[in-house]
Amino acid sequence: MTYIAKPKLHHPTLPANKIGYTRRDYEGKVSTLCAGCGHDSISAAIIQACWELDIEPHRLAKLSGIGCSSKTPDYFLGNSHGFNSVHGRMPSVATGANLANRDLIYLGVSGDGDSASIGLGQFAHVMRRGVNMTYIVENNGVYGLTKGQFSATADQGSKSKRGAINSDSPIDLVSLALQLGATFVARSFSGDKQQLVPLVKAALVHRGAAFIDVVSPCVAFNNHPGSTKSYDYVREHNEAVNRLDFWPSREAITLDHAGDGLIEVPQPDGTLLRLRKLHPAYDPIDRVKALNHIGEHQAKGEVVTGLLFVDPRAGDLHEHLNTVELPLNRLGAKELCPGSAVLEKINASLR
Amino acid sequence: MKRIEAVNNFVVKFANVNGSGSASANELFAKSFLRMGIPVSPRNIFPSNIQGLPTWYEVRVTGRGYLGRRGGVDLMVAMNPQTWNDDLKEIDPGGYLFYDDTKPLPRSRFRDDIHVIGMPLTQICNSAYTDARERQLFKNIIYVGALSALMDIEPDAIEQLIGEQYRGKEKLLKPNVNAFHMGRSYAAEHLQGQLGLKARRADNVGDKIFIDGNSAAALGCVYGGASVCAWYPITPSSSLAEAFQRYCAKLRVDPVTGKNKFAVVQAEDELASIGIVVGAGWNGARAFTATSGPGISLMQEFIGLAYFAEIPVTVIDVQRGGPSTGMPTRTQQADILCCAYASHGDTRHVLLLPEDPYECFEMSAAALDLADRLQTPVFVMTDLDIGMNQRLCRPFAWDEGQVYDRGKVITEAELEAGKEFGRYLDVDGDGITYRTYPGTHPTRGSYFTRGTTKDRFARYSEAGPDYVDNMQRLLRKFETAKQLVPQPVVRAARLKTKLGVIHYGSTSPAMAEALDALDEQGLMIDTLRLRAFPFSDTVADFVAEHEQVFVVEQNRDAQLRSLLVNELNVDPARLMPILHYDGTPITARFIIREIAERMRLLNVQPLKKGKAA
Repeated sequence: MTYIAKPKLHHPTLPANKIGYTRRDYEGKVSTLCAGCGHDSISAAIIQACWELDIEPHRLAKLSGIGCSSKTPDYFLGNSHGFNSVHGRMPSVATGANLANRDLIYLGVSGDGDSASIGLGQFAHVMRRGVNMTYIVENNGVYGLTKGQFSATADQGSKSKRGAINSDSPIDLVSLALQLGATFVARSFSGDKQQLVPLVKAALVHRGAAFIDVVSPCVAFNNHPGSTKSYDYVREHNEAVNRLDFWPSREAITLDHAGDGLIEVPQPDGTLLRLRKLHPAYDPIDRVKALNHIGEHQAKGEVVTGLLFVDPRAGDLHEHLNTVELPLNRLGAKELCPGSAVLEKINASLR
Repeated sequence: MKRIEAVNNFVVKFANVNGSGSASANELFAKSFLRMGIPVSPRNIFPSNIQGLPTWYEVRVTGRGYLGRRGGVDLMVAMNPQTWNDDLKEIDPGGYLFYDDTKPLPRSRFRDDIHVIGMPLTQICNSAYTDARERQLFKNIIYVGALSALMDIEPDAIEQLIGEQYRGKEKLLKPNVNAFHMGRSYAAEHLQGQLGLKARRADNVGDKIFIDGNSAAALGCVYGGASVCAWYPITPSSSLAEAFQRYCAKLRVDPVTGKNKFAVVQAEDELASIGIVVGAGWNGARAFTATSGPGISLMQEFIGLAYFAEIPVTVIDVQRGGPSTGMPTRTQQADILCCAYASHGDTRHVLLLPEDPYECFEMSAAALDLADRLQTPVFVMTDLDIGMNQRLCRPFAWDEGQVYDRGKVITEAELEAGKEFGRYLDVDGDGITYRTYPGTHPTRGSYFTRGTTKDRFARYSEAGPDYVDNMQRLLRKFETAKQLVPQPVVRAARLKTKLGVIHYGSTSPAMAEALDALDEQGLMIDTLRLRAFPFSDTVADFVAEHEQVFVVEQNRDAQLRSLLVNELNVDPARLMPILHYDGTPITARFIIREIAERMRLLNVQPLKKGKAA
């Protein structure tokens, strides 16, 4: 809703986080998406998560591809560098950016067309490479900017606003990410802030490829009866496996109501992930069981949400490549150039 | 019958079966001349295959140091029955055929105008070895031994080379030396005086080095400070990325921590490899990719984005015959236009045109500097002929203390001090704007990167005037690039002439030889060797100063000529194409013939010998 200008003055009583920033410091430009778009709720969740995590906004880089979802990085974290890249190719740009500077936090925002259709290849390879980033797909099963075509996540048999039926079988990005070796896999719903904010926080802190599939209804093209990505459908068929009740970080953890169904997952950086299980049979550190669980519920038409899988021992691409601790973009000629004496030796070996 | 007699000046071609172990033996043969101070220029002519198909290795022994392909063959070492007939046809009249005569062949399989040297290689191997693999491998060393005796190659030179090759592998060293001498003594005993091609110790190699262009370019990237390399395997560029990895493993590992000061990613395709390079360049690391024509095609969209978003990118294009199912193991200069104007929209890119491994090294390092300075994609346009063949060239040089030009980057301190920052604001009037690396300052200097929908401060804008303003600035930037890129090399003919030649890249050595020959024929012609696009004013001046300019290149469509016509607005009639594009490297003989013929048509009278002095 572009015509409403954001007020410049901040309310003096806005609460600040530990590093002195208010939530407003994590906001971006005014969204140009349609009123009621699920994507704006996800942006709000990202803002909330970063504020709660005390992330310095400029230490996070936001990257996206092309599409409605990929426009959203302009609408949050206005003091972060952002890169609106090529359709379906955000993962490679994020990979390169991450290689250049391992010290920043990388947040990739994509859509179902961007990641499951044109960008399926890059989605797959960024997961299997273990690039340390948070990868959010704002999944509405439809192309918004080009007005309502199906994407590759649209359910078979779902009906478009114009009445066309989708005959192709859908790609389930969550199952795919699990198969490809992602070390943090979650699904949520843009309308469920309670669930989404802790998941985004957990993903941002996870080291390795963290994927969140967020079902985000398109109010313009895919929120009608018959759509499996509408607000009503997801609310009715949501099957949450757990709830991230707590996301305490490196400090001492105090629990108010530690009780049944609580799982603690220690993370490589020393933080502790605490999950409250809603589904008794669900084990979020077992990749195979996670896949089965998702599949079984999918067959019943249910959308399983929550933290579906996390690998407590995850490593990332830098670990695999054994790169130096200092970011590569801070190395100069002194560190990178072997010098003229070495070159003389090389010359001598070539005679 | 005529008999070719030559000292330090002849062409030997080996016809082998791919995967038979001939490559290392043939290389041994080539290098032995270098050790005797005689320049050589070998070329691999190989199939897209690992085992079984025909492969050739052509060694030009060239006392005068002509490193281009000469054309013609003086001695054919025919070890592949599959290609026998065609191989025989290639021998110049009066030349020689060396073959395995274990199994006699009817007279009809030979030619009357060549000299035949037979040696029972299979028989010798079968009686000396029992293992099938040994029989195969040592056969190659045995023929090298025989040739060395026939050509008077100093045995010490070859023994020394074998010693270097098998240093620390004594088990392999001795049998190889033995096989070498087996061949030598057989030839000394049975084949004396049958070959008129001789090697004589000289001093024409000097301090030159012998290396392939891909390794040289990789080393240039190491010296130029590339820390991220993303690539996808494609002939003929794969060995470049692999060489980068190899050099880095030796030269870029922190001795204290054992950690790597580099990252190499073999991507899933070229779209990803260029994407990784774009991401790394955006984030302030020096990054490059190596590829060939089909890869360039796949990278188009990203190249355009990098041009408009102004991100440093270095692409090394080892050109080959197109398209994707084209001639992957043959050389061409056929990507010039597709790189110069790569991508959709109005784009124009910097191209560097190396002539040999020395310039592959120098220009790859320079490309990384230029990409940072100009904040744009820079292409190093090498090709298979330079990239995959070992070539004699000047030794690599690096000034101690040379710093990298990281271009216009605003630091945290400058932002803190209140320096104005507009990502696309032309402060200095050269079209190059300032950038910040992500994460520089908490509240200043961040911006949102996108294609063209932006104003000078990187704010979203679809306004026409903002678009035009930006596009005009990009033109100014390209104008600035003219002064920064490697300048052309002009060589004036001995006497004033109205004719000129423009050439570039791997055509260079054949051209140098052709010019000497034309000069000897009294045909005067000035040359300009292009080293980069955009063209500096020197190029326009050169065209203006000559009535007729030949443009010699290795593609069908005269791509560089089109670029010259388009960019310099010259009358196309002034630029006459001379094109070689059958996949083999251009030869001096071809250039001489084509130029002399055109000069005849233009009615140019050769200068008389006496007058030309």
